[in-house]
This record gives sequence, C-alpha cells and structure tokens, in this order.
Amino acid sequence: MAPTGSRRPGHSRRAQYGTFLNYSLAVAGAAAGGALLLVVASDATAFSGLRGAATDLAAPAGEVGAGARAESQGLLLTLGAYFTKGSRVAQLEREVAQARVRLVEAEALHEENRELRALLKLSQSDPKPIASARLIGSSASSTRRYATLGVGSLQGVAPGMPVVSPLGLVGRVLEVGRSSARVLLITDSQSIIPVRRASDGTVALAVGHPDGTVQLKLQSLGVNPLRAGDAFVTSGSGGLFRPGIPFAVVARPTRDGAIARPLSDPAATDFVIVEPQWDEAGLDSTLPAPAGGQ
Amino acid sequence: MPLPLPLPKPIREIGRKRINRAPSPLLAVAVPWLVVMAGSLSPMWPVIASAPILPPIGFLMLVAWEQLRPGILPVWAGLPLGLFDDLYSGQPLGSAILLWSIAVILLDFVETRFPWRGFALNWLFASAVIAAYLFLAQALAQPGGVGVPLAILPQLGISLLLYPLIARLVALFDRFRLMPVREA
Repeated sequence: MAPTGSRRPGHSRRAQYGTFLNYSLAVAGAAAGGALLLVVASDATAFSGLRGAATDLAAPAGEVGAGARAESQGLLLTLGAYFTKGSRVAQLEREVAQARVRLVEAEALHEENRELRALLKLSQSDPKPIASARLIGSSASSTRRYATLGVGSLQGVAPGMPVVSPLGLVGRVLEVGRSSARVLLITDSQSIIPVRRASDGTVALAVGHPDGTVQLKLQSLGVNPLRAGDAFVTSGSGGLFRPGIPFAVVARPTRDGAIARPLSDPAATDFVIVEPQWDEAGLDSTLPAPAGGQ
Repeated sequence: MPLPLPLPKPIREIGRKRINRAPSPLLAVAVPWLVVMAGSLSPMWPVIASAPILPPIGFLMLVAWEQLRPGILPVWAGLPLGLFDDLYSGQPLGSAILLWSIAVILLDFVETRFPWRGFALNWLFASAVIAAYLFLAQALAQPGGVGVPLAILPQLGISLLLYPLIARLVALFDRFRLMPVREA
C-alpha cells in the first residue's frame, strides 16, 4: 500500500494517543539530552561513576582486541622493514655508534647529578609505578581524545595520575572505574601540560590539537627561539607530572610557539605505566615530616 | 561401516524446516537495538587513534535502520540508544541523546514527506544528516566552541563513503532478524 503521508493511525483513539505519546517522548528525550549537556558543562565530573561502570563492563572485550592490535602492528612493521632494510641498517649502525658515546656522557652526568642531589639532600628515587596495563580503547570517532585503560581503582589508580609509555608521556587519568580508567590523552584540546625544551629549559605550555599534534605556547614573548627538531620534556611545574618525561618534538615553528608531534604514539604502545602524582611523591620523600604532629 | 556416510545432521536439516515456520518475535524486535548498540561500542575496538578518524558506527547504523525499516525503532529510540553511545564515545554525556533524538525525528519527517526514495536519494539524505551530526558533535565536545572543524573532514569523508556499506550490513542483519526459526 502506498504510504499516505499522514501520521494519524486511524479512528482508534487509543492508537492516536499512542502515536502522540511516542512523539512527545522523542521531543522530551531531546530536551533531556540538552539538559544533561548543561549539567555536564557546569560540572565535568558529573556521571563519571556511570561511565566508569559502563567501561568496566566492556573492558574484557577491549583487552582481547588490544592484544590483537599489538600483534598486527608488529607484523605490519616487520613487513615494511624488509623493503628498506639495507639503508636502515646502515643508518641505525651510525646512530648506535653515536648513541654509545652519548650513553657514556649520560652516565657521567647521572653520577654527577646523584652527587649534587646528595649534597642537597634530595631523594633520587623515581616514583614507583602504580600499575602497568594496556590501552584497550580510544574515542576514535569523537573530537575529544580519551583512551581506556585496563586497570582501575582496584589496582590503586586514582584521577590525576600520569600515564607514560617507554617512549614518553601518554596522558593522565581522568576518571576511574573499578577495573578500568579513562585517560585524557595529551592531544586532547583540554589537556594543558607545562613543558620545557630539553636542551636549554625554555618553558612552554603544550595544548592538544584534535588532529593528533600538540601546540607549544611559549611563556616568554620575544623572538621565537624554536626550531624544527627541538625535543621537549615535561617541566614538573604544576605538580602533576614529574620533570623530564619525554614529551614531543617540534614539527614546525609558528609565530608564537610551535606545532609539535608527540613522541609516544598511543596506537603503537603496547603497555603503559601509571605513575603516582608527582607532588605527592615529592612531598613524601623530600620534605621532613611535620614536627610535633600526631 | 556403511559406505555412503550419512551427512551431519545440521546439513541434512537444511531446507527441511523452512515450511510452516515464523520469525522469532524476540529476534525481530531486539536485533535493531542490539546492532546499533554494538556499533556504539566501536571505541572499544582495537584502534587507538590520535585523531578523530573512525566514523560514528552506532549513528550510521541508526540512520541505516531508520531508512531500511522506518518505524522499526520507535521515534523516541534516540534517548536510550544515545545514552548508551554517550557512555562509550567520549563525548560529553547528553550530546548523543540530544543529536540522536533530533536525527530520528528528522528521519521520520523525511520518511513521511518523501516516501519514495531510491538509493541515491537515501545516500544524499543520510549524508546531510551525518555531516550535520559530526559538525554539531564536535561543536558540543569543545567547551567554549573552540573546535577545529577542519579536523573532522577526513572522518566525514570516511563516514559518507562507508554509509552504503553499513546500510548493506544492516540489510544483512534485517534478513537475520526475520529468519524463520520458530514453529508457527
């Protein structure tokens, strides 16, 4: 039968009321969505418990996929490497020779650093990792950049903790479920991280871009000293991230800073490490206990 | 041992049980909801992206169901399905509830206003809805509206090209939904 173009189902009052109720519910649903958006806009942590529980439920499926992802990436890399083997081996050998020299220098600096710290009576220890886990998912279809982590409050993870991979900073924990956590990646537009240039300590703020890069905004005005290839590490100010976590490399300088590419590609990392917040770790180990407490 | 081995039972049953069968009412009702929810779980797929590249699979499936079987999802379906999508998508909670509700109402209007549509027209309407959805979703996701609309262009292209494929997939699930499995 040809559709009539009318939503009126017939003479039955009951059916008419049913149709009316359906449309009322639909409009009410849209209004409820708008109201929820307003609530979330005023308090970003609202409903984080609900999201945490939902992610906990779906986390086991994500774990399976995460293993497959790591394996398939490895396979593609191996296949690709065959085509450029010769030139890459030569280049890598050159780099290894240079790196050996650098390593010796670094060891000397490390030793010197330890002695200086001992003089200042600062503790040397890096913070002990809370947990290590796989990234099991990410908000790949949203312009916000979140990832899901396979550990949660049961393993001692708490909001604000930095998440690092062997290559560098990945992000920080935003919301925690019982066995999963939501990580704000460094490329999210709400992520602002204090960084400094590794070579001379030029300070900048790194703001994420939705296209997978970060924008470095220099703290001091003047001639832009940044060049492509400059490496940046976290500066440790603000007390969330410990100083010296590798962060990003400048891709191209802009008028008041630079666009930089993060060092740790979350897609290529297999396991990441959750570290305690730096200020807590620092307070525990460097300051003497308050006198006359307890 | 008898030489002509009997075929396994499931193979022998093929074709024998087609007559006097009806679709299971549970499957017929539940499959559209489950398929859209499975699409909403795409952030749990093994893709860790540093830029928005994956199309909103759940939303594409919702649009495809609405175009293939108008009215199979009630017009208020945007509320529960959007809530489920918001829990996983990383968008602020409420964004999918709002946008999916509006999309379902809009597609319902298109269905009553333009009942005779071919593949090209369906694709055109779906493209307009998807483009509007992606643009509004990124505006809602960035507090203060400081979004970068250019960043969604690759995602938009992938979504529009992927839509016919998703529609075929949904048609496959529709056949599964109406499989005669129950004795009438």
